[in-house]
Amino acid sequence: MSSALSRSLEGESRPAFDWKQFLLKYNIVVVLLLICVALSVYTDRFLNQENIINITRQVSINGILAIGMTMVVLTAGIDLSVGSLVAFSGVVTAVLLRDHHWPILMVVPMSLAAGMLLGSVNGYFVAYWRAAPFVVTLAMMTAARGMTFVYSKGRPISPLPAEFLFLGKGSLGPVPIPVIIFLLTFLAGYVILRHFRIGRYIYAVGGNETAAVVSGINIKLVKVFVYSFSGLLCGLAAVILTARVSAGLPQAGQSYELDAIAATVIGGTSLSGGRGRLWGTLIGALLLGVVNNGLDLMEISSFYQQIVKGVIILGAVLIDSKRHGS
Amino acid sequence: MSAPVQTSQTGQTGQTVQAGRAGGPDPAPVRPFLEMKGISKRFPGVTALDNVDFRLVPGRVHALMGENGAGKSTLMRILAGLDCPDEGEIFLDGQKMQRLESPRQAIELGIAMIHQELNPVLEMTVAENLFLGREFVRRRLFVDSRAMRREAVKLLDDLGVNLDPDRRMAELTVGQMQMVEIAKAVSYRANIIIMDEPTSAVTSKEVDRLFEIVGRLKGEGKCVIYITHKMDEVFAISDEITVFRDGRYIGTYDTGSINEMELIRLMVARDLNEMFPEKTHQLGDVRLKVDRLTRRGAFADVSFEVRAGEILGLAGLVGAGRTEVVEAIFGVTPPDSGQVLVDGVKLPCRSPRSAIASRLGLVTEDRKLSGLVLTMDVHDNIALPSLPKLSTPLGLLKLKQAAKETARFIEALRIKTFSPKELVRNLSGGNQQKVILAKWLATKPSVMIFDEPTRGIDVGAKSEIYKLVVDMAAEGVAVVLISSEMKEILGMCDRIVVMRQGAGVAVVERGQASQELLLLHATGLGGREDGPPDGRQGEERHELRP
Repeated sequence: MSSALSRSLEGESRPAFDWKQFLLKYNIVVVLLLICVALSVYTDRFLNQENIINITRQVSINGILAIGMTMVVLTAGIDLSVGSLVAFSGVVTAVLLRDHHWPILMVVPMSLAAGMLLGSVNGYFVAYWRAAPFVVTLAMMTAARGMTFVYSKGRPISPLPAEFLFLGKGSLGPVPIPVIIFLLTFLAGYVILRHFRIGRYIYAVGGNETAAVVSGINIKLVKVFVYSFSGLLCGLAAVILTARVSAGLPQAGQSYELDAIAATVIGGTSLSGGRGRLWGTLIGALLLGVVNNGLDLMEISSFYQQIVKGVIILGAVLIDSKRHGS
Repeated sequence: MSAPVQTSQTGQTGQTVQAGRAGGPDPAPVRPFLEMKGISKRFPGVTALDNVDFRLVPGRVHALMGENGAGKSTLMRILAGLDCPDEGEIFLDGQKMQRLESPRQAIELGIAMIHQELNPVLEMTVAENLFLGREFVRRRLFVDSRAMRREAVKLLDDLGVNLDPDRRMAELTVGQMQMVEIAKAVSYRANIIIMDEPTSAVTSKEVDRLFEIVGRLKGEGKCVIYITHKMDEVFAISDEITVFRDGRYIGTYDTGSINEMELIRLMVARDLNEMFPEKTHQLGDVRLKVDRLTRRGAFADVSFEVRAGEILGLAGLVGAGRTEVVEAIFGVTPPDSGQVLVDGVKLPCRSPRSAIASRLGLVTEDRKLSGLVLTMDVHDNIALPSLPKLSTPLGLLKLKQAAKETARFIEALRIKTFSPKELVRNLSGGNQQKVILAKWLATKPSVMIFDEPTRGIDVGAKSEIYKLVVDMAAEGVAVVLISSEMKEILGMCDRIVVMRQGAGVAVVERGQASQELLLLHATGLGGREDGPPDGRQGEERHELRP
């Protein structure tokens, strides 16, 4: 900051370090670290390279979906069709590979395009028909699932070529390919939100749509963008998932949307729009992954895991509403 | 007891003004119904109230005056149980009160507050809203709508309000909603009724109705506290005036013993002769030409021109269609016919985007509804409409350039903020308004439209905004100014178009303009008598949009 005025104002007003504020601001990071410390003390199987890599691999699909979800939620929308779009794109991918023998370099863009196409349909109805995002994406969730079953005749599509499976199972050195894709996606999402015009517009539309219109923002375009982008990331997640399970499964991705919403909300993004950060979503996805892994290591049944997940989501929202007051 | 009712503590402010020149007989020697003594309230970083006194006498209307941030709202929030004082005592009807813990307790003690922004349940009826939370019940289970209706009719009748209790709240004007709120307060047997800026969004007819009702409440011996920024209302309705400044009690005065200039001086402690800046610049060519602009049901055949450097006023009553005209020019709600030319080029009037591309700017009348994105920081708000210019063709932001730009405006407009990263919601009203001005200045407009640019901001910030507007004009911007404050229109404008019921009815030059003349045109009692466009009731509409 160059202005002397603002500098002096800042200098005068900067209070002593405020622990309470710090904890409130970075609450999930603190919680994540505490859980990690607790798990490392409790079991020696947690803190080792293999397990950590395992966690990040498990987190990457939800993490990718949560990045798109965060952008949608920032515009005060929601995308419930995420899981179905993953299944749809995954089946499209598998059919192109198995029945049409398309090369991988063309299949991957097609998967992204399939997801993006359905996502843009969501965006079209939300933006141009002013339909409620909850309802539009709920309809898409059902319809896309149906289309997936029709297209695949309800059967898993396999076998798939080994080179393709590398995208889900392979590693570059010690780092799994899905993790690399996740991190690149996160970077892209971060750059879009912080460094591109559309990023500011996403925040503005969610914060105050009327003010955004008056400021000359094409809010319809912004909405179509976020739903299309979310769809595109579904296509990307579908590639990883299909490669990891070695088949296009029509029933894949059930309730993925809820995990993506959970990561977003735990990360501090407000469901009423306009407020939230992408790094929060990253931590939120990691937190969910670490907790799942920890409970697995402690040999606690998956039934209990769901209860714990519910408590975490509620806790995150309560902390958030405390932080932002009434 | 002499006219300025002062208490022992006021000496410390050193500002006590002797306003008792009128020298008449003592004001009503009635025991105060409410006394607040030595009230202090501190928030982190600010002392909102510093050892303040306040008292109310039954059957008198008490105006509370002061700039924004003077402490009026805080005191009223304490009285309504929304905030707890740090120090001080409250006596109600001679009895020392425990602290008010909740709004509910305040209501039970007979203290009702009618907030500036009403929040009725829009989908419920008038009667349902009146008895919200204390519905009449039959056989412990069933809501007794008939009894509620009956009681509602009685309440509204007693106030002299003619309203069908079965109407949905959503169908009412803001003024009518206020009537319902007042009826609600009466039904709680409130003895103290606080009205916070009740006329900020209602038509002049409704203001008259409100004043009638306030008179009625006064006749029944109730205490009415009236908060407003509008001087004429204070003098029309109040019996006594208490002035606050910077969280301190300045004094209480009989309304008859003080005039407007004195009151302003007490509020701001500085002379306001230079309230409206001098204009010395020459006018240039026509920049904005509006030709027979029409939108069915809102306004018809509105034409005017504005030259570079000129400030054109749009005067008229609330609901005359002024806001609708500028929103049509700006493309928020496109017109049906007519055209707008900017520097001789036709404007499509399709969307704000195209208007901004043609270098128009619009400061809307409601800064929270349509002016600011409260979840964003100062920097992002200022940069928002200029982002196309502050980014590459592919949409990559030039962050350094943007930061430099906004820092420049924060400094030039003296926006008080800790940093450009401060959320705009944490700024005061006047500074928020400056952020909106900065955001449009940054687009380098050739035509600027201001819709009520100083509504709800304090006198000091007002004069700064006036100066900024005149500076803009001096640099060749054509300015259109809408204001409901006659003084603002008269002090600022080179020419004034008066609108009534959706039509421009008169053009008045600066030299000839007077408050009376403008009002005559605006109300249709004088000047040209061409009837309003068909089938509309301009005055009946109110300006709250969804």
